[in-house]
Amino acid sequence: MADEIGAVVAAAVAEVESDRTRLMDVIQAVQRRVGHIPQEAIRRVAEALGIHKVEVEDMVSFYAYLDREPKGRFRIRLARTPVSLMNGAAAVAKAFETATGARLGTTSPDGAFTLEWTADLGMADQEPSALINGTVVTALTPGDAPAIVAALRESHLSGARPILPDQQGIALPRAKVASNLVQSGPVVFRQSARGAGLRAALTASPDEVGQAVTKARLRGRGGAGFPTGLKWKLCRQSIGDEHYVVCNADEGEPGTFKDRVLLTEIADAVFEGMTIAGYALGARHGLLYLRGEYVYLFRTLQDVLQRRHELGLLGRNICGHEGFDFDIRIQLGAGAYICGEESALIESLEGKRGAPRDRPPFPTERGYRHQPTAVDNVETFACVTRILEKGADWFKGFGTRESSGTKLLSVSGDCPHPGVYEVPFGITVNQLLDLVGSPDAAFVQVGGPSGQCVAPKDYGRRIAFEDLSTGGSIIVFGQQRDVLEVARLFTEFFVEESCGWCVPCRVGTTLMKNSLEKILGNRGTLGDVRQLEALAGTVTRMSRCGLGQTAANPILTTMRNFPQAWEARLQPEAFLPRVTLGEALAEATRVQGRAPVPEEEGA
Amino acid sequence: MSGKSFTFTVDDVVVEASAGQTILQACDAAGVYIPRLCYHPELEPAGHCRVCTCSVNGRFSSACTMPASPGMVVESDTPSLNADRRTIIEMLFAEGNHFCPACEKSGDCELQALGYRLGMEALPFANLWPHRDIDASHPDIVLERNRCVLCTRCVRASRLLDGKSVFGLEGRGVHLRLNVDAGCLGETALSAADKAAAVCPVGCILIKDHGYRTPYGRRRFDAEPIGADIEAKRAPRKG
Ligand SMILES: Cc1cc2nc3c(=O)[nH]c(=O)nc-3n(C[C@H](O)[C@H](O)[C@H](O)COP(=O)(O)O)c2cc1C
Ligand code: SF4
Ligand code: SF4
Ligand code: FES
Repeated sequence: MADEIGAVVAAAVAEVESDRTRLMDVIQAVQRRVGHIPQEAIRRVAEALGIHKVEVEDMVSFYAYLDREPKGRFRIRLARTPVSLMNGAAAVAKAFETATGARLGTTSPDGAFTLEWTADLGMADQEPSALINGTVVTALTPGDAPAIVAALRESHLSGARPILPDQQGIALPRAKVASNLVQSGPVVFRQSARGAGLRAALTASPDEVGQAVTKARLRGRGGAGFPTGLKWKLCRQSIGDEHYVVCNADEGEPGTFKDRVLLTEIADAVFEGMTIAGYALGARHGLLYLRGEYVYLFRTLQDVLQRRHELGLLGRNICGHEGFDFDIRIQLGAGAYICGEESALIESLEGKRGAPRDRPPFPTERGYRHQPTAVDNVETFACVTRILEKGADWFKGFGTRESSGTKLLSVSGDCPHPGVYEVPFGITVNQLLDLVGSPDAAFVQVGGPSGQCVAPKDYGRRIAFEDLSTGGSIIVFGQQRDVLEVARLFTEFFVEESCGWCVPCRVGTTLMKNSLEKILGNRGTLGDVRQLEALAGTVTRMSRCGLGQTAANPILTTMRNFPQAWEARLQPEAFLPRVTLGEALAEATRVQGRAPVPEEEGA
Repeated sequence: MSGKSFTFTVDDVVVEASAGQTILQACDAAGVYIPRLCYHPELEPAGHCRVCTCSVNGRFSSACTMPASPGMVVESDTPSLNADRRTIIEMLFAEGNHFCPACEKSGDCELQALGYRLGMEALPFANLWPHRDIDASHPDIVLERNRCVLCTRCVRASRLLDGKSVFGLEGRGVHLRLNVDAGCLGETALSAADKAAAVCPVGCILIKDHGYRTPYGRRRFDAEPIGADIEAKRAPRKG
């Protein structure tokens, strides 16, 4: 065993040429080959890379998809989100428990299956979904569980390796991700020829390319809406040995999946946008950070890169442009929402835990490997390609003054046709709900858990940076849904995903969850709600990064927009303890085998 | 001192700073105390505790990491910020297992002292009562994890000042814990003379047999509140 581990580590370390910043790839290779990261591997990796064990453990222990203990041969991770649960994920989970013999959160006695819940997999349009080793299965029903489990068992008996991205997978029922591009629009999904945007860019100077992006008033599609042209300008102005272009394909916000669709449908346009950025910024290297859940796309994306190399759209002297060299590497993540935050993403790219950095310095000044780095969203890069193809003025012709172009919305929940819709910025929530066929929605979550819970009174508001700003997650909820249960699930999400670096978010998210549970358990008083609101304010103001700064939004936006839902849960007492006396004494009662004698009235 | 000096204001006090200084460093030198916990003057700031958060030109930033710049308008000593800081200290009391009356560090503990200074009374939150272990394997040093506030001072000191990397973080979120570079502390290269063994703000890293050398009642924060040493530097004239 130790020899095998030694060989796996040696090969993985050699593969990355002993580069410490590639620790993530080394560890993922161990996870794939050995099934987990044994202590022996940690020791050897540390030795081979010349770092301390404590540093390797720091990184490994951070990511949800890296295991330090042996787990089942097959890891079945079921998405637990409001949408998966309303589509029957609980029953699917039960069916998997029966079929595998493993209870949720445990491994089956035969060691074959580990069954657990996980966060949103980027499949909100086809829930319930699950990730089984590297394969995504979607649109599950309880009836699918036995067939899937049988197929896995059979593959095991036939000696096939677990289905992993770099191996030929076995055929699993439901192992299909529908693309679900429901409505393509005139900008991002317009028909166009591969290389046209890049060739147009190369007829101009790098500065002029940056100016075109500025003139188009392109703003980042990842959520924050920072002007892309300005970001590029700041990056270009920063002095460094190298400049880097990073594409953020971490897409972790529950309810969004438009980057998945982009990378499935028009990965060429995304890579082309990165290449154009490379030209504009004087960068030679691009990195695409792909969330671990999308590992099933890895191969296809590599193929696209390969083809672009063959066509001279990547590599040396691109399109015959003397001296313009650019390549792109894909880095796989390993299950951490926070790695979508750009500075945490950079830390992760450098083979560390995904803890955000304090700013300043901003990545444009000191990013990947401490060099000037532009991090942009997948959709942003696709827009860049279109701007270079068709011109800044054309692009500006869509959308609003503050928000030019179109936006890809990932629509899920109670709607007849979930999927991606390309719409012009400025569309109202009402118009959108009509478009997706859910005019009677009771509430709409715009921007995912970190966004806002919008009530019908606000359906006249516009989706645009100047009004309802969103990275594209739109979750529609019908009349039968409980707004506070949704807030609870979202709050749990932040508890799971807080990186833990800073106190207000690390501790505050758990305290908010506990308080919310008390209130939803009908033990909350007005005092509890006031205290929760104050706590939520502290978490918002004092947290270090965007995760903590928005982690209270499910609570705060429902308090603002659905006060009646909160009031309905309140108890009239001035104070109620979190647990009843009976609950507090339950353990003692069990141990002693007798119930406490109630105190006499007035005693 | 590197570079030119300039001024900015903190709560209407004009503070002088030089290029490269953080808000906190400049304020310390000027005798304006901004509450802080994870910061240590000899270490790179890490921004964990957020106690030093101020409003900087209207945006919240941690003073220990934010570079000072000319004309900056900083608000620090406001009722709202102090209430938020108190809440953070309360969070830390709820997160760990802190029994001050039975702690060797009582009176010399920065967490406790901040609680007093910020007016913390009864804990408004239910304790999380985590299960944490005590590591007494080292001949000279105890690691009492129940009291760790995860400020990473020891991590930074060991790596940057001692050149040893004895400490590190493990896990994420509310499961974050302090890890050591071996099975237990006794197997690490830590020595009682290391900087890492001296920087803990709470009673988590303790030198054995030193606990009660200074009796209760005569310790640092028994004499004066935390921050008083910094405030004493402030020129007596009005700011
Ligand atoms: C907790 C958190 C998660 C984020 N996740 C993503 C993500 O998955 N994809 C993304 O593009 N941006 C994400 N962002 C925003 C990035 O930090 C960054 O602003 C963005 O990648 C910049 O690209 P853009 O300007 O093209 O939008 C996230 C931010 C935070 C605070
Ligand atoms: S706010 Fe949360 S995610 Fe961000 S640094 Fe703090 S603990 Fe980490
Ligand atoms: S042991 Fe002390 S110095 Fe180290 S992280 Fe914990 S509280 Fe900070
Ligand atoms: S002292 Fe600034 S964040 Fe802790």
